[in-house]
Amino acid sequence: MATKKFMYVNRKAPYGTVYALESLEVVLIAAAFEQEVSLAFIDDGVYQIAKGQNTDGIGMKNFSSTYNALGDYEVNKLYVEKESLEERGLTADDLMPIMWEDEDEDWAEKPSVRIVSRAEMADILAEQEVTYSF
Amino acid sequence: MSMLHIVNKSPFERNAMDSCLKHAREGDAILMIEDAAVGAVDGSTIAGDIKAALADKTVYVLGGDLAARGMSEDRIIDGIKVVDYAGFVDLTVENEKTQSWV
Amino acid sequence: MKFTVMVNEGPYQHQSADTALHFVRAALEKGHEIFRVFFYHDGVNNGTRIAVPPKDDRLIQQEWSNLAKEHDLDLVICIAAAQRRGLMDAAESKRQGLDADNIIEGFRISGLGQLIEGGIQSDRTVVFGD
Repeated sequence: MATKKFMYVNRKAPYGTVYALESLEVVLIAAAFEQEVSLAFIDDGVYQIAKGQNTDGIGMKNFSSTYNALGDYEVNKLYVEKESLEERGLTADDLMPIMWEDEDEDWAEKPSVRIVSRAEMADILAEQEVTYSF
Repeated sequence: MSMLHIVNKSPFERNAMDSCLKHAREGDAILMIEDAAVGAVDGSTIAGDIKAALADKTVYVLGGDLAARGMSEDRIIDGIKVVDYAGFVDLTVENEKTQSWV
Repeated sequence: MKFTVMVNEGPYQHQSADTALHFVRAALEKGHEIFRVFFYHDGVNNGTRIAVPPKDDRLIQQEWSNLAKEHDLDLVICIAAAQRRGLMDAAESKRQGLDADNIIEGFRISGLGQLIEGGIQSDRTVVFGD
């Protein structure tokens, strides 16, 4: 099967709507198809990978740890927009340290989260072949 | 390799249009559908942003959505093109990729 | 040209289901191929046969069903999203030990892989949502 560049654009906060969770479910299934997969976190989407999520008070399942498993599925390009963070008073330190292990470099741990500028994000979005928006 | 950006949110309620305008690149096309159609009307607080986008991008509005919201075509910003669903399909063919700003 | 269309919102609540229907019709009229329409999130509600809107309103689920029959369309409801929201075909209902099924003719229930396959196989993927 042909290889295409798939992009998952996440622009909504988790829990208020189901989009973040069901977006993640697509990404996990898509991993089996051996396509080039990238995730973009723009606008409120950056809250999806905020660290310290605690859903005890709302009775909903905390699915944030699932992002840590993405590396095992060779999904390791999580682009986060710098301006989106800044507009919300956040920095890279507010995000989960999501890592992947590079098979080619003796399983060295590398960060999956890549902070990019808005202009870089525009270029990354433009490179894609199939874009799903959540 | 141009991208068709599809926006369906009123720019007065949500930031989808704003975010789209900040990420669309030169030569891209932007199509306003559903509630986003109201963004095509001239004289609004966001008309300036749309006019700026028209400098290096093409902007379209789905005619049926504009009419449904009581806005006649003579009120839209100069340079915005009105399309029907067939024109919408043509835009997805002319541009190699589409991104929906839901 | 070959299209896969993704529909992410239920009928009536959002216009996106209507827009997707109009888009698919227009594409077919222009001679394009609709490889698949994939229904996700609340979009799975486009596939229920147990909906009775007022007589003077459109019947979106029936329109999809009719279009599928006319053009031999592949309308796929995501099984994971459907199970959350109470959309069941006869086989799945039986498997889950439930007493009813509610999928309208022309739709089928399958996995998310169908969406990805659509993305790979089609020239264009167009997403309708909220």
